[in-house]
Amino acid sequence: MQQSPVMQTKISQTTIIQAQNLTYEFISHDNHIQVLRDLNLSILQGEQIAIIGSSGSGKSTLLSLLAGLDIPSSGSVQIQNNAFSSLDEDGRAAVRAKSMGFIFQSFQLLPSLTALENVMLPLQLKSQPNAKELSLEALDKVGLSARVEHYPKQLSGGEQQRVAIARAFATQPAILFADEPTGNLDKATGQIIIELLFKMNMEAGTTLVLVTHDVHLANRCQRQLKLENGVLTEQTGLVIA
Amino acid sequence: MSLSVRLAWTQTLSLWHSGALRVLVFSLVLAVTAISAIGFFTQRVETALNQQGGLLLGGDLAVIADHAIPDALLNRAEKQGLATAKTYEFSSMVVFGESSQLAEIKAVEQAFPLRGDLTLGKNTFDQGKVVKNAPKSGAVWVEPRLANLLNIKVGDVVEVGERKLHVGAILVREPSRGGDMFGFAPRLMMNAADLPSTKLIQYGSRVKYQLLLAASPQKINQYYVQTKPLLSRGEKIQDVRNARPEIKSALDKAQQFLGLSAMVSVILAMVAMLLSSLPYIKQSLDTFALMRCFGASKSTVLQVLAIQTILIAFFSALLGVLLGFIAQFGLAKLAGSLFLETLPPASSTPVFIGLAASIAMMFAVVLPHAWQMRNLTAMNILRRETLAQPISAQAKFLPAALVMCAMVFWQARDVKLAASTIVALVLLCVAIVGLSYVLVTVANRLFMLSPKSQVLNDMKLGVLGLKRRFGLSTVQMIGFSMGLMVLMLLALIRGDLIRNWQASLPIDAPNRFIINIQPSQINGVKQFFEKQEIKGGSIFPMVRGRLISKNGKDISTTQWQDERAKHLAEREFNLSWAAQMQSDNQLLSGRWWTPNEYGKPYLSIEQDLAKTLGIQLGDKLLFDVAGDPLMLTVTSLRKVDWDTMRANFFAVTPPGVLDNYSANYISSFHLPIGADGAMNQLIRSYPNLTVIDVAALMQQVRGIMQKMSSTIEYVFAFSLLAGLAVLYAALIATREERIAEATLMRVFGASRRQVSITYVAEFACIGLVSALIATIAANLLAYFISAQILNIPFQFNATLAFGITLIAAFIIPVAAWLGLRGFLNVPARQLLNSI
Repeated sequence: MQQSPVMQTKISQTTIIQAQNLTYEFISHDNHIQVLRDLNLSILQGEQIAIIGSSGSGKSTLLSLLAGLDIPSSGSVQIQNNAFSSLDEDGRAAVRAKSMGFIFQSFQLLPSLTALENVMLPLQLKSQPNAKELSLEALDKVGLSARVEHYPKQLSGGEQQRVAIARAFATQPAILFADEPTGNLDKATGQIIIELLFKMNMEAGTTLVLVTHDVHLANRCQRQLKLENGVLTEQTGLVIA
Repeated sequence: MSLSVRLAWTQTLSLWHSGALRVLVFSLVLAVTAISAIGFFTQRVETALNQQGGLLLGGDLAVIADHAIPDALLNRAEKQGLATAKTYEFSSMVVFGESSQLAEIKAVEQAFPLRGDLTLGKNTFDQGKVVKNAPKSGAVWVEPRLANLLNIKVGDVVEVGERKLHVGAILVREPSRGGDMFGFAPRLMMNAADLPSTKLIQYGSRVKYQLLLAASPQKINQYYVQTKPLLSRGEKIQDVRNARPEIKSALDKAQQFLGLSAMVSVILAMVAMLLSSLPYIKQSLDTFALMRCFGASKSTVLQVLAIQTILIAFFSALLGVLLGFIAQFGLAKLAGSLFLETLPPASSTPVFIGLAASIAMMFAVVLPHAWQMRNLTAMNILRRETLAQPISAQAKFLPAALVMCAMVFWQARDVKLAASTIVALVLLCVAIVGLSYVLVTVANRLFMLSPKSQVLNDMKLGVLGLKRRFGLSTVQMIGFSMGLMVLMLLALIRGDLIRNWQASLPIDAPNRFIINIQPSQINGVKQFFEKQEIKGGSIFPMVRGRLISKNGKDISTTQWQDERAKHLAEREFNLSWAAQMQSDNQLLSGRWWTPNEYGKPYLSIEQDLAKTLGIQLGDKLLFDVAGDPLMLTVTSLRKVDWDTMRANFFAVTPPGVLDNYSANYISSFHLPIGADGAMNQLIRSYPNLTVIDVAALMQQVRGIMQKMSSTIEYVFAFSLLAGLAVLYAALIATREERIAEATLMRVFGASRRQVSITYVAEFACIGLVSALIATIAANLLAYFISAQILNIPFQFNATLAFGITLIAAFIIPVAAWLGLRGFLNVPARQLLNSI
């Protein structure tokens, strides 16, 4: 397979995400399950980080804690040197609105909204005055300017994920969280999506936190971290299986 | 167990365990509970009200004849298990010492009265005690009037024909005393066993023979239907409605209202079921799509769907019926202790209505989707095109709409009522769809705006939600407004009905009639009114005349089949005259006379009489007045409100027409409490006057109306419960989708406040539009039902209309917010996993 040229962002020395002693545990059917154990992680501004691990290793949990979608059992997360995980639900939401974008494995487009409306939604939530123009521009960048009025069910999987990418970048976030962005796509489409994601990420200089079990994809990032048994280890030179 | 049944059963169980089914089952159960509780309760109350009415007849049904009641009729009644009592009524002289007085004798069998009771006193001033039996053989009971006229006391012996009977008690009140109020002499009641020994009934005697019957409504109805065609000349069969016109309209209206309530509960339940089934359908179709992928045949999938639908509908309905039965039990107990002493037991009909409603509605909802699924290829399913392949909204809802129409017709028991309600519901749907388009246009305009304020921006997002979910929002609005409309309709009609009843018998309605007033006594009576400060005590002249011919053709009683027409043609009319039409009359056609026309041979006729005898405007009627012919031309037709207890006349002429004939006068007035002494003094001065006391009768009628009003209030309160089911169902119809949207909004950084404002704004729009349309539709329909079906005046209630619109616009968003609030506190990630 032809390897794509490496598109990497410029890294500054400012820490944008800082996780300290992060633990996440829950009790299920009387079993005490520890997903993350005393995990520490620093991510610099503009860095591209891949978190890899097998299914059920807690990758998505870690991502949701970093994004403030859930709260840790203990430990803390700081975003741009400000307390984040200790904020209340609305406080975290405000940080997300200001600084974060998301791409999900299952696209998470609202079926009742057109492609344009889906992209506009986060902008409208921020009362962005030129929401429509920004959204159209984002959709144009992902090559969907001809399909702005289409509903998700009228789009293919790859097109839906492109809408999700447009939605993620339209708000110009400082951090982009991507959870298995190619997990629901065939290999060829997945490749196109990856190219698009990295291209847009480089242009915007966004910090990328990517969760994947795809080693190829992880290799495209500047740093790879492996999550195993609740512990995160830095990987150097991942081997393509 | 076949594969399909097993699959359906396990599928239903898993749907239940996963929680997907609970909302639907809850809604179904609530709807069936409401429908069956109202069904049980209204049916029991209806029977009780009829029995209350039966008190005025002495039984549920009466066969009346001018000859002895044929044995066949009695035997049939006994065979069918009906309680029976025969009575005989005739006029005869009652002798006490040297005095005698014409009395109306009523000889009754021991079982009399079958319904109601009698009040007996020790003397003419005694308030009396209530008894439930007839006089024993050898005893008579006399009315105070007869006791006064003959100066009889309890224990005295009177002669009735050839028999001497002792006075056992003063008959203070006989609720079943009916008939022609102005034609009767005072009552003497005796045991029928003594009748032969009086030798009063001979060949050719004018006797009113009556067979009273009492049983359950079904048996009574069966007997009525079977007997009516078998009656021969001179026989008629009456229930309380045609026997006592003063109670007829009140009973009819109460039953129409109960029918309306039952219909409203059915509509509400159906709408609730329809709305709450939508999420279930969506989920089931996904499962069935997968089953098809795994190799299940089309027929297996359809069978499983059918069995699953029956299982859900049946078990939910069973639980609903059970709860409905318990609910009505409590309701009946409460009602019983307040206004109806005992309610007859409930029948099983509401059980079937509940089951039928649930199963029919579930099938009606599932059918179009099952039909759609039949035509899907495996590829369609793999691509998850189950719901994408559109069948039009009309086709989707058509079976449900048809089922609803059928249930409405079944429950309303009045074609006009059902049809007008359905028309109103259809118009309401059209109006909602139209207004939805308007709202979308507004939303599109809003789309262009970028308000600076965050709150305004969030509200804008909310209103845009209407556009995003156009179809679902429209269905939701239709659900809300249907629920609101029928509830408001019930509230409006209830108010009008109760107001109408109160107005028909105001507290100062006439409670005494004086008949036989001579011209020379008019001033004396007027003075009595002035002294006692009796207002509205008017005196009307009365000249008796027999109708001989119409437009030159002789009137013969044999020309009519109708018993009432025969009776009216046989009897003498009380012709009266008046310068002004009485205030409770209404001119229907022709015109009232001017002062210039006084003395002209004109006649104004009451519409029912005109209709029965086939009299039209312009007809020339020839009367025989005391042997002289009097030709009168019909110049107007009037509607008379007989419920008001005022003196009214079938036939009225202008002043001056009847001057040459000897007239006596009649008066009706309200005698205040404590004025009996003065009244007695008046009678002593003019012994020829006959005073008829209708206070007790009025009290009875008023009591029945009061009970009916209370019943209506209860049923209405219960209908509100069904309304809540609709509200709940309409809210959950789009709940899943809204939770998904709210979660995603939160992932993108919306605060809980922002999400709340968005939803409250969207639901406020939905609430406002629904309430507005519902208010307009409810008022139009209430106007139609009041005017065309119940014949009561409609009064637009601005406070109610405005109040309900505001409340709905407030409650709907608040309820929506309360429903979503719980999810706003769950971490976004947990919800995201379940989307």
